Amino acid sequence: MSNASADSGVPAIRMTGIDKSFGAIWANRGASLEVMPGEIHALVGENGAGKSTLMRILGGLMKPDAGRVEVNGRDVTGWSTNDAITAGIGIVHQHFMLVPTLTVAENLVLGCEPKTRIVALDYRRAADDVRKLSSDTGLVIAPDRLVSDLSVGEVQRVEILKVLFRGAKILVLDEPTAVLSPPEVRELWTVLRGLRDNGATIVLITHRLDEVVELSGTITVMRAGETVERIKTSETTPAEIARAMVGREVSLSAGKRVQPLARPEGPKPNQGLEARNLHIMSPRGIRVVDGVSFSVKPGEILGIAGVEGNGQTELVEALAGLRPLFSGDIFIDGVDVTRRPVAARHDAGLSHIPEDRHRRGLILEYSVADNLILGVQKHFAKRGVLDKDRVMEHALEGISAFDIRPPNPLLAARSLSGGNQQKVVIAREMGRNFSVLLASQPTRGVDVGAIEFIHAQLLEARAKGKAILLVSAELNEVLALSDRIAVMYRGKFAVVMPASEASEEVLGEYMIGTKKGNAA
Amino acid sequence: MSESSLGSASEKSAQPVIAAVPWRERAQEALIPPLVALLVALICGDLLILSYGQSPAGVYRLLLEGTWGNAYGFGQVLYKATTLAFTGLAVSFGLRAGLFNIGGESQLAAGGFAAALTGLALPVGTPLIIALLLCIIAAGCAGGVVGAVPAYLKTRFGAHEVIVTIMLNFIVLALLNWFIAGHLHVPETLHTPEIHAGVLPRLSDLSPTFHGSAANLALVVALLVAGVVWFYLFRARGGYELRAVGLQPDAAEYGGISVGRVWMRALTFSGVIAGIGGINYVLGYKHYYEDGFASGAGFLGIAVALVGRNHPFGVLLAAFFFATLSQGGLAIHAFVPKQMMDVLQGVVIIAVATAVPEVRRVLRGARKRSDA
Repeated sequence: MSNASADSGVPAIRMTGIDKSFGAIWANRGASLEVMPGEIHALVGENGAGKSTLMRILGGLMKPDAGRVEVNGRDVTGWSTNDAITAGIGIVHQHFMLVPTLTVAENLVLGCEPKTRIVALDYRRAADDVRKLSSDTGLVIAPDRLVSDLSVGEVQRVEILKVLFRGAKILVLDEPTAVLSPPEVRELWTVLRGLRDNGATIVLITHRLDEVVELSGTITVMRAGETVERIKTSETTPAEIARAMVGREVSLSAGKRVQPLARPEGPKPNQGLEARNLHIMSPRGIRVVDGVSFSVKPGEILGIAGVEGNGQTELVEALAGLRPLFSGDIFIDGVDVTRRPVAARHDAGLSHIPEDRHRRGLILEYSVADNLILGVQKHFAKRGVLDKDRVMEHALEGISAFDIRPPNPLLAARSLSGGNQQKVVIAREMGRNFSVLLASQPTRGVDVGAIEFIHAQLLEARAKGKAILLVSAELNEVLALSDRIAVMYRGKFAVVMPASEASEEVLGEYMIGTKKGNAA
Repeated sequence: MSESSLGSASEKSAQPVIAAVPWRERAQEALIPPLVALLVALICGDLLILSYGQSPAGVYRLLLEGTWGNAYGFGQVLYKATTLAFTGLAVSFGLRAGLFNIGGESQLAAGGFAAALTGLALPVGTPLIIALLLCIIAAGCAGGVVGAVPAYLKTRFGAHEVIVTIMLNFIVLALLNWFIAGHLHVPETLHTPEIHAGVLPRLSDLSPTFHGSAANLALVVALLVAGVVWFYLFRARGGYELRAVGLQPDAAEYGGISVGRVWMRALTFSGVIAGIGGINYVLGYKHYYEDGFASGAGFLGIAVALVGRNHPFGVLLAAFFFATLSQGGLAIHAFVPKQMMDVLQGVVIIAVATAVPEVRRVLRGARKRSDA
């Protein structure tokens, strides 16, 4: 609204005809970006659309094969990271890059430490500088706290402070809300608006269309390395943006729940998942899950909402057999698996989409084909020898059915985009016989098209009578897919309610603990 | 234009293609980096030789003549390469599971000792095949037991395998020394009596050109073991699981693989492989166990595994290369100290550890440019 951007004047960033290729793959092909000073500009597109590459070129981390980069009217094509920092470009990366054993102030001054004549680091001055910057921007943080003690939201504040500390006037934020809770997101928005009003130019890379619409003045949409659209936010709708991103019509199931998705009742061949009075201790002896009981019936999706770090991760890992239980019982399809290892739980009918595909879900150096048999490898072995033909056949089936790209089973999983890596995990876990599915953050870091596909898969499994436990930080996702919703707060279920009674506002209050419910 | 959201995926999906990385690219990537490392080592060798006032070309010619240039030298290279192949395979097998077996030294010694005991215990005239099999099994079991101890301590108590295998070297070697010195030695020596059964034929028995060299059929056993290791690692379900544990233990655990069991298996069989290596000296060369015969071979196995990039066939090549350096040191001793070869070994190891990733990066960059 009070947007200072105008179509006249010199753009803060102007990138034209950018080409960048890696081998036979074009990351950018004639991509362009034009950002006016003092605006919040959203850069959106599917995974692998070339957003990050474009920003790396802007930040001097990569040189373009062709094209021209101008900052404030100056041709800076092919500059270095140091040039970029000096010119006031600050990139806040998706993965935090702070030293956990140093304090906030020490992290901020790292690389440009103020020095007294004798001592190498003038800590007092550094702390004062940080405090001043912190109060100027509204990014409140105590300078002498250790980074390892901070919450995710606070760490991000420090990351933003860090680029501001270096004098950044043009900020690039890569997926800043991926790890934040709703209240933290609102705080971040306030800060970003404040920075904009003080003259900063902000480029926001995001998957979340609601954020784009709420915050940005202008939107640039990228698809397959090209810039396909540049629109004023006030002149478009989320549906239009999504269509531009994917190149076709998309059903925004992760949007507001306008109409309930079709849910035919399926047969009930299995007994689902049952958990009784689970207690889980962290390695340091803290109760991270404290007396949780629930059951998921066949043909039902139980959604678990909650701010990250309230025990969801531990709960799912314990159900999957990856973390010891302190006490309690777990039944999968009627079988007591409480003391059984992971493999026995697979055999009992458990599938598991883990929250961290890079650590758990995939062996990144293994090929797609080899990843597609992880956990079921014994079914592909005859007298201890893997049957390569069957592994390959299985891979080709999975690749077609789940549209994994590029469709080459011999490619290393590492070389796939995030969305396609997740499809490999999903193809493996949902492509086999199972009765209970643990879906933990199934759409984290994947693009709109893949989200839609994954949601459809979950609903299809539900229709086939599978019992599904869905844990997601995306409230919209939980609301759109679940039959019942539980909110986890400090290791307990704060409330369990039918999805029809839930809304973002209601769940939000339970999530931050202002409302305490009557969980069974 | 707008399809139903459910059916769209399969309609637009591209035709799957099985496309392996072309063999030329793979060969380049496998061979060029170690060759560059070798070049670096040769240049360092030049400087060293020059500093002794000798001509590099002359010394290198001598080195080649003394190793690959005549049948005796070549046989000696093969003999030395055989032991290194066993210890190198042992280390690389452990490393594939993410475990560092520093215990090759004592596993090799234990294997040799067990082979000698078996050979001594068997009556004269035991059929060769049976005697050999029993000796090899005994050697493997002895090495396996030494390897299983750190494996058990790691899985059960979380003791780090590097510490345990190093300490076990001292314990096992001291125990063997005590056995030999106290009970089994031929007077005035530190070795056992000669074995009666299970003597491996030498290459010189088959072809007189190898006359005098110690190369023997243990070489064939080493090649067989390398083949088995390759098959296990890359074709068997167990190898799939072992490599998974080595690459990403968390993902392996998620895939229902018992990480502890894989560790147990990997270190035990690493010990078995090193243990079998003991037959090269005991059954093939001296026909008795002698205290200290394994000295250095276990540690050099680490370098062999590193230079061979943990691939069984790479390990064979690397073992051959290190054996050449070691035999070559003897050939040039008249002109430059043979310790120069130790220096060169060190240079090769450092060059491989540092230059290989760098060369690989440059190769990929060049390929990218030629594609564009």
